[in-house]
Amino acid sequence: MKRTQTVLLAAGLAALLAAGCQPDAAVVPLETVPGSGLPTNFPAPVYGLDQNPPTKVGFELGRKLFYDPRLSRDGSTSCGSCHQQFAAFTHAGHPVSHGIDGLLGTRNSPALQNLRWQRDFLWDGGSNHIETMPAAPITSPVEMGETLENVVRKLNADPEYQRHFEQVFGSKPIDSYQLLKALAQFTAALTSANSRYDHYVRHESGGTLSAAELRGLTLLTQKCTPCHSTELFTDNSFRNNGLDATFAADSGRAHITQRPTDRGKFKVPSLRNVARTAPYMHDGRFQTLEQVLDHYAHGVVASPTLDPLLKPATGPLGLALSSQQKGDLIAFLNTLTDEQFLTDKRLSERP
Amino acid sequence: MKISSLLLALAAMAISLTSCEKESSEPTPTVATTGEVDIELDHVVGANALVLNAATPNYTTPSGDHFSVTTFRYYISNIKLTKEDGTTYVQPNSYYLVDAAKADSKLLALKDIPTGDYTSLTFTIGVDSARNMSGVQQGALAPSDMFWSWDTGYIFMKLEGKSPEAGSGAFLFHVGGFKKPNNAIRTVSPALPAATKILVRADHSPEVHVKVDVLKILTGPTTVRFADFPGAHMPGASAVKLADNYAAGMFRIDHVHAN
Ligand code: HEC
Ligand code: HEC
Repeated sequence: MKRTQTVLLAAGLAALLAAGCQPDAAVVPLETVPGSGLPTNFPAPVYGLDQNPPTKVGFELGRKLFYDPRLSRDGSTSCGSCHQQFAAFTHAGHPVSHGIDGLLGTRNSPALQNLRWQRDFLWDGGSNHIETMPAAPITSPVEMGETLENVVRKLNADPEYQRHFEQVFGSKPIDSYQLLKALAQFTAALTSANSRYDHYVRHESGGTLSAAELRGLTLLTQKCTPCHSTELFTDNSFRNNGLDATFAADSGRAHITQRPTDRGKFKVPSLRNVARTAPYMHDGRFQTLEQVLDHYAHGVVASPTLDPLLKPATGPLGLALSSQQKGDLIAFLNTLTDEQFLTDKRLSERP
Repeated sequence: MKISSLLLALAAMAISLTSCEKESSEPTPTVATTGEVDIELDHVVGANALVLNAATPNYTTPSGDHFSVTTFRYYISNIKLTKEDGTTYVQPNSYYLVDAAKADSKLLALKDIPTGDYTSLTFTIGVDSARNMSGVQQGALAPSDMFWSWDTGYIFMKLEGKSPEAGSGAFLFHVGGFKKPNNAIRTVSPALPAATKILVRADHSPEVHVKVDVLKILTGPTTVRFADFPGAHMPGASAVKLADNYAAGMFRIDHVHAN
């Protein structure tokens, strides 16, 4: 407790100093601890900064754990294996995830970004908290194949981890609570809010959008909302966007709720950094954004739970999109790429 | 932006300071007004003691299924003691993980209980929904294999074992789930023996001896036959049936030692 207080005091002082001596820059200066500030254009976070307050040592411990393959049974697979920074922490080029022993999962690795603003995790929303979420991949037989107990045992046998954990938590031995709190220091720090679009909405320098990009933005607000709405480009709901007639391979949300009315519904993903997160959808079926838009324009399949927004009163299922409109939409989606986030050394395996 | 992050840092500081104060200003229990209660859990299968990992089936259900037990674990939480006049003592931060394989987990030592004559004992089998939704916890609630991460929540009760009547030769009952319609949280108040009270005094700690009967998981509102009911692995109808079974009579207060 004392330790947390000192760290916070230090952070507070640092913030004071930073506020006092830096000239007003158009571009938001990087915080000492990544993700410890809240972008002004974002809504209030679900996981507030007061829960597990960000600290530099805590963040660094979380990063070390995130990139450590010893969290898997055979020492082959880290969180970072399936969540690569340059691809907005998705598994680049992999329709479904590859875990230990070359085992294949059934779902596409989603982007890890702005998790602080997320209430439900996983494509079916089965996980309800950023802190307990990593227990799922760690214990999944096709992902990391470990037990929390054994990971904790390995960490306790490592003097460097012992030191680092004690520095952060001020108590010994390392337990599953400390492990998961530390991982959340890193996963909650993955804030992506410095795309060209963000500079545009925050009226910062470098925030200009071309005519085509602006047309794309207008189209997005007309055609893709409320599903991909808000500054996070998702309403965090579960919906069926017409990928399948029966969803025999994966029932989605119904897997958790066991309600037939939830069959085929999946969490609406954010569109931030979407130009870098191919392949797309929960099963990674589409390789390009063109294919995604073609799906919405003329690939939507009927099923009892298909979202009403994709069932127009007249005309075919889906969203009417001309090729000019598709081009404009893609131009806009590209403005959501946040190079600063994708290349931020502090978030990388070797900072 | 800068100002708001500064405010946040200050707010975070304020919060951590307040929580510190809370810790230090906890009322110091005075010797005269509080006492202790020990709850001793005695695991049985019908009339027999629970012996884990028998090589051959050492128990029989009333329907005639044979079985042995390899794992038996459950959460007890939110313990409450009530006096005759209806006033209650609610144990703060009341979470226990009981494991049949761990002797020390079968003794729940309740401290700092206001002295008085208590006439009932109430507790939850499992973990309240708030703690299922508030992220990683410590102590008895630290995530372990009594926790589902892919469908977040605690496993309230785990009974695993072998039975020749089960198709695979084994049964696996994992009960959990805190959301409607598959809420498996059950709160029970097993009756005290006639004319018995739990007398909490500063100078003696009553021991409440509770029989915990594994057979009651398999009997009650739903009769479990291993051939067609060999498992429960997720929140759902099967888990609810097992919870209803064990809530109906798994815990029985056998006697209370006044000490
Ligand atoms: C074998 C590949 C793999 C590994 C290793 C892996 N993940 Fe994932 N991750 C996935 C997949 C696939 C999903 C989506 C699964 C689903 O929806 O069922 C996912 C989902 C997530 C999510 C939820 C994101 C969202 O928006 O819902 C988080 C957070 C996450 N992983 C963090 C981690 C952490 C932390 C680790 C390391 C402890 C880790 N992952 C290890 C493949 C992996
Ligand atoms: C009815 C709600 C809805 C509407 C309208 C909608 N989407 Fe989606 N979108 C979803 C859902 C749900 C998914 C995830 C489906 C899945 O994987 O099963 C998704 C997935 C996507 C993906 C894949 C992202 C990834 O990381 O895999 C992209 C890209 C996308 N949508 C773009 C758009 C665009 C552009 C529009 C407007 C032209 C649009 N969507 C309209 C609900 C919607």
